[in-house]
Amino acid sequence: MTAVDPRAGASRLRSDQVDLRVDLGPLRLDNPIVTASGCFASGREIERFFDIARLGAVVVKSLTLEPRGGLPTPRMAETASGMLNAIGLQNPGVEQWLATELPWLQALGVPVVVSIAGKTVAEYRMLAEYLRGQPGVVAIEANISCPNVDDRNVVFACRADATREVIQQVTRVATVPVFAKLTPDVTDIAGIAEAAVAAGATGVSLINTLLGMAIDVETRRPKLAAVTGGLSGPAIKPVAVRAVHQVHQALPDVPIIGMGGVRTVTDVAELMLAGAKCGGRRHRDVRQPAGRHRAARGAAALVR
Amino acid sequence: MAATAGRCGATEEVLAYRRIGAYHSLTFVAPDMAERARPGQFVSLGVAGGGTLLRRPFSIYAVSRHGPWAGTIEIVFDVVGPGTRWLSGLVKHDVVDIVGPLGRLFPMPQQQVGCLLVGGGYGAAPLLYLAQRLQQANLRVDIVLGAATQDRLFNAIEAKRLSASAVFTTEDGSYGTHGRVTDVIERMFKDGGIGVVYACGPMPMLAAVSRVAQRHRIAVQVAVEEAMACGVGVCMTCVVPYRRDGDVANVRACVEGPVLNGRKVVWDEIGRQPVGDVATGDTATAANPALRP
Ligand SMILES: Cc1cc2nc3c(=O)[nH]c(=O)nc-3n(C[C@H](O)[C@H](O)[C@H](O)COP(=O)(O)OP(=O)(O)OC[C@H]3O[C@@H](n4cnc5c(N)ncnc54)[C@H](O)[C@@H]3O)c2cc1C
Ligand SMILES: Cc1cc2nc3c(=O)[nH]c(=O)nc-3n(C[C@H](O)[C@H](O)[C@H](O)COP(=O)(O)O)c2cc1C
Ligand code: FES
Repeated sequence: MTAVDPRAGASRLRSDQVDLRVDLGPLRLDNPIVTASGCFASGREIERFFDIARLGAVVVKSLTLEPRGGLPTPRMAETASGMLNAIGLQNPGVEQWLATELPWLQALGVPVVVSIAGKTVAEYRMLAEYLRGQPGVVAIEANISCPNVDDRNVVFACRADATREVIQQVTRVATVPVFAKLTPDVTDIAGIAEAAVAAGATGVSLINTLLGMAIDVETRRPKLAAVTGGLSGPAIKPVAVRAVHQVHQALPDVPIIGMGGVRTVTDVAELMLAGAKCGGRRHRDVRQPAGRHRAARGAAALVR
Repeated sequence: MAATAGRCGATEEVLAYRRIGAYHSLTFVAPDMAERARPGQFVSLGVAGGGTLLRRPFSIYAVSRHGPWAGTIEIVFDVVGPGTRWLSGLVKHDVVDIVGPLGRLFPMPQQQVGCLLVGGGYGAAPLLYLAQRLQQANLRVDIVLGAATQDRLFNAIEAKRLSASAVFTTEDGSYGTHGRVTDVIERMFKDGGIGVVYACGPMPMLAAVSRVAQRHRIAVQVAVEEAMACGVGVCMTCVVPYRRDGDVANVRACVEGPVLNGRKVVWDEIGRQPVGDVATGDTATAANPALRP
């Protein structure tokens, strides 16, 4: 990254006029803006707001082996500068997704990163098998911030050994680079990242939501039906910057996809300055579906 | 890209703010949205103040496609928290970031049938917009509006103007019939002539109206209200359990709705854990599984 050129007016730059390419190990993206899993679905809904094909890549909502109906409502609670969600990974299941959503994304020509989520190590491996050789799929993001039913529901990414096991199984069958998506709810995130990379991950995605809880003091009940939920939004950005920084310090050559509270161009730049190769944006999709390209252009001005 | 964005999202100017009974109304200059809006759809407004982050959804109450301002849309709202309080402080010429029109509209009847519109509180707003359309299609419109108190009955005068008959209920008896909307619609169904019911209001009211309609085998379309994060179908926050293809699926209120077939909504299951779907993989449920509300 080079210093900011004050004459490069962000509003006048077009993303196709500047070289924005980033290399994530063997994976090259046209620009550093990707979506964060879970608030983009597969893109159909967002298409009317902006040209999806101009994203660096889309990271789709985590897929599971079987279709999931998800958790009861209320699934969301707004908090100061953030929100809690407990969706329960509602998704159509990998088979249906491959049949109906992937062809649509392939037709757009946008690189697809498929996020997978399992309840057991074996499920992750089976999911990776489904994705073998699928055209258009450029990487797998293993969402290992999920409870492991074989280990008292301890989140895979909270333990180095479970992280290693999942990533080993996934990379063994995967035909594309694998990124491990980690939770910041750990004592030593760099240690977990190290385990993922040692097991064959090309890089890591940082960060997933932080576990939180909110209570309605009038009804004295939790605001979420699931009681606890994942905190996201601007409130968690400093945590994301810290996590990216710590992992980058420990593993300077490992590509990091940074996300967490990104709303503005400066936020993307901040994650990149901490060591991320590209920035995942989620809240912008929620709050400002049309805003992404302004960010891609702005990031060009800021980090090139 | 600018063209794509312009289709659904824009910064719109406030043309007017006014009070209507206990409610507030804002009219925006929004020719694009006015052109495309249909009754039952909603807009999603970016609000500020009080640390608010998410957009706030509001039904479209009125649309004008012509006139000196080219095209306007109007929303009606109740102040319940920081977002709506912020909106109530807006004045002419302020600008608001609006995405819309969003969601599924009230389907028009395919035959010449009598239409009963049942609204609770500000839920009357989108129904009055619908009433206009139904009248233009030469359909008979009857309206029942209910609220807790008289000042929370939204626009009774317009309801009378747009209908063959209008009945009002208040829970404190301060206006019209003392009671709830379901107390009066039962009788109207028995009298016959009603082919379809359209309803908008609090979820318990929609559930009750749907049950009565179901009992009388009358079609019922309800506009539901479920908390939304994105409002455009990507986050799965706003789901409602719904019968589809012999199964129950969680459909999104913001794209498959807000207008849904009231007889297909599984009212008893709202907020309940679906059977056979206990294990989930969100970070959320990594929590103490013993804790349940
Ligand atoms: C499709 C749809 C149409 C709506 N139309 C209208 C309308 O025409 N007039 C009107 O007054 N209100 C309407 N609402 C409800 C309105 O969106 C909420 O009252 C408003 O979001 C409250 O924001 P707040 O910051 O003032 O309140 P807060 O309670 O502080 O809001 C906190 C969070 O909860 C959500 N929330 C709170 N109440 C509701 C609710 N009843 N439904 C959904 N989400 C809620 C907010 O969006 C926000 O994310 C509609 C809701 C939906 C889903
Ligand atoms: C509604 C919602 C659903 C999410 N679903 C997923 C998911 O399916 N898989 C995943 O890896 N992360 C999921 N996330 C986490 C995001 O991808 C992201 O890591 C996190 O929200 C932090 O970024 P943000 O603050 O920009 O939202 C979800 C987040 C939200 C808000
Ligand atoms: S509010 Fe996001 S899917 Fe409906």
